[in-house]
Amino acid sequence: MSSPDLSEFHDTFFDEAQELLQGMEQTLLCLDPESPDHESLNAIFRCAHSIKGGAAAFGVFDDLVSTTHKLENILDLVRNGKMPLTHEAISVFLKAKDVLWDLVQAYREQREPGSESAQELLAMLQQLGDAKPGEAKPAAAKPPEEKAEAITDVAIPDGEKLLKVTLIDVSEKDRLSLHNEMGIMGTHIRQSSSGNEHYYWISSALPPEDIIAVCCFVIDESQIQVKESIPVVQDVVKEAPAEVADHNSTQSTQSTQSIQSIQSKPEATPPAKAVSEAPVKQLLAKTSAANKESGTIRVPIQKVDQLVNQVGEMVINQSILMQANQSLDPIVHASLIQDIEHMGSALRTMQEAIMALRMMPMDYAFGRFPRLVRETAGKLGKQIELITKGGGTELDKGLIERMIDPLTHLIRNSIDHGIEMPEKRIAADKDPLGKITISAQHQGGRIIIEVIDDGAGMDREKLINKAIEKGLPASHNMTDDQAFMLIFEAGFSTAEKVTDVSGRGVGMDVVKRNIQELGGLTQIESEKGKGTTIRISLPLTLAIMDGMTVQSGNERFVLSLSHIVECLQPTADQLRMLEENKALLLLRGEHLPIINLWEIFSIPNTERDLKKSIIAVLQVGKSRYALAVDQLLGQHQVVVKNLETHFKRVPCVSGATILGDGSVALILDAAAILEQNKIGLTAYGSGFNTPVLQQERV
Amino acid sequence: MSQEKKDELNYHCLVFCVDGQEFAIDILKVQEIREYQPVNVTRVAHLPSYIQGLINLRGQIIPIIDLRIKLRVSEVEYTPQTVVIILGLSDRIVGIVVDSVSNVELIAKNTIEPPPNVNNPAAYLIGLTTYKDQLLQIVDVEKLIDHEHWTLSDISQEE
Repeated sequence: MSSPDLSEFHDTFFDEAQELLQGMEQTLLCLDPESPDHESLNAIFRCAHSIKGGAAAFGVFDDLVSTTHKLENILDLVRNGKMPLTHEAISVFLKAKDVLWDLVQAYREQREPGSESAQELLAMLQQLGDAKPGEAKPAAAKPPEEKAEAITDVAIPDGEKLLKVTLIDVSEKDRLSLHNEMGIMGTHIRQSSSGNEHYYWISSALPPEDIIAVCCFVIDESQIQVKESIPVVQDVVKEAPAEVADHNSTQSTQSTQSIQSIQSKPEATPPAKAVSEAPVKQLLAKTSAANKESGTIRVPIQKVDQLVNQVGEMVINQSILMQANQSLDPIVHASLIQDIEHMGSALRTMQEAIMALRMMPMDYAFGRFPRLVRETAGKLGKQIELITKGGGTELDKGLIERMIDPLTHLIRNSIDHGIEMPEKRIAADKDPLGKITISAQHQGGRIIIEVIDDGAGMDREKLINKAIEKGLPASHNMTDDQAFMLIFEAGFSTAEKVTDVSGRGVGMDVVKRNIQELGGLTQIESEKGKGTTIRISLPLTLAIMDGMTVQSGNERFVLSLSHIVECLQPTADQLRMLEENKALLLLRGEHLPIINLWEIFSIPNTERDLKKSIIAVLQVGKSRYALAVDQLLGQHQVVVKNLETHFKRVPCVSGATILGDGSVALILDAAAILEQNKIGLTAYGSGFNTPVLQQERV
Repeated sequence: MSQEKKDELNYHCLVFCVDGQEFAIDILKVQEIREYQPVNVTRVAHLPSYIQGLINLRGQIIPIIDLRIKLRVSEVEYTPQTVVIILGLSDRIVGIVVDSVSNVELIAKNTIEPPPNVNNPAAYLIGLTTYKDQLLQIVDVEKLIDHEHWTLSDISQEE
């Protein structure tokens, strides 16, 4: 018999483990070492425990099991107050979270997990555990005293056994409640105590494991031992009870293990026999928690995307119907027209609901930052408080994931360059505790994410001087906005020294590029001495795009609205003809190269006279160019479909969409068009710098 | 004769005509047959000339290949008989334009001859048989449309 194939559940386990780890990290960060919240400690312990249990159930994630086991041991000591919770301990736990995360990731990707970090962690945990060696060892072997204490004078009813319950290091309050519990499960016979251990003898028909199961609702299983004791007649052979005790203690260890595995699955029903009021209540609480969890289902993102696409199509079909409707007599076909309109509104509601499926709260990204701030600030010796606002704001999952890196960079940058050292802050009459605020909010169909620090602010002159020194296009006549945007230039860094946090000048340009790829815009506001605000505006989703439909010859194309700066009909004096079909557009002192759409796609029958064409000024990164088309047809929201399943690469096209009349239109890739035409153009107009035009047509 | 037995002995195929030649493809690959309207096809520049463009098939964007151009037929005409066969391939849907569709046929497998070994430039040929006194070419449609070559690099060779 081969064991059942559990591999299909692996993904679920990985998802769950990562969620648990995320939760663990958050709880860890909220912990106050001076007065740790008992519930939080328990929560952290439960995370480790659940992962261990889950991993052990599969039997193939040994590294994960052994690491979590070690972690669990230490956490247990902390939880029971046997080990003080220090900052170092929290750091080790955080590190443990990272290692576990990597392990899970490694297993998920089906590669061998690197054992180095795990070994390192084990050593760290060991060290932590050794710090309090005396108490770290749970009182395992019981000295021979139990023989001496053997019960001699009690009559045990038929079918019941005499059980000796040992509670180790249990508070008086818990002891009292356990005492009552045991009273329900059996009859109290005697109790005694020595040091931090308390012994209870009860007579009960329940097996020891059930008693442990019940008591574990109040205390931890390592704090309790239940042994079957034998009523001893005065002159019994001395060794006998000891043997029995030994035998039973192995049994009870076994039962402890089995309980452990049961506990690792919170939804599993604990032994039903352990009926007593309080545990039942807790049981109910647990069950309802489990029910709440099962209120969500995991769905692969592809399925959701498919739905998004389908409903997008239905909306388009509906608009085709609406168009057809207009040719009908509104009186004769009144009910038909009305029905189609009703269908339209129902469809739109459905579309919104389906789009909402892809949405995730920003907390998904924000949750990572407290850790980042804590560690980076610690490294730099700064005191920083992180405030997050609008974490509930929902955004497309794909977008959130792709925003994590840029936001990480921005926050790191704020910590390193924005917030000053505490002494400096005190000197400037500011609170030594710096504040970084990240917020998210909806604003007119877009989402605005802000990273605000109350640090030193940006020094305009310093930025410009630095930029000139680095040979970047800058001048002292730049507007503040332009000067601030210099930080996003490749190779730009004002940090006096390069730290391992930032200062190498890589990163910020990547940030801007990433944001741009997502159709986002970046804006900086800064006041010297007061702080800096970096504002990012993003579209709500990637699947639907605001587009401008343009026509060239008989063909129609869609341009992303986010690239269009303006559209105009050029006058003769705005055009500078260079050679056949090549021209420049003079726009407010700036010379823009004109690219003809018909030329790129070899479109027949187009307007070749630029004076009669329409020009769309497009901005890609720092470059601007003019795209000549025959006509603008209007602005629409379009559902983006990619062509990758069919073509490996279509030049100058980023995807396709279905227009209102059911026909297919290609979506132009503004960046690729520029690339293909190989025109380098400096970012800024002649306002402060003579534009350098390179017409490198090969 | 049971259905399985029948399937084992026969090749169930769709027969179509390109430039007077008869071709047969596996019927299970055929999703539907549609009238061809060149107006509704969105041209895509920079692709091999046999790729006519894209159409909207009930919300899915699918490419259309003119098999006649692919098979290097000299003059391509569009008549009312010109149809698009929509093929449901393993990972995508593709439409092929052919002169006409003739029939759905059961061809006894023992009548199919292997393609000539020598000088077989068309790796898409599975076998040959006679059908209504004509040579019928049985083709592997995946190889026929030759998806792997729909890249930019191919244009230079193509044009």
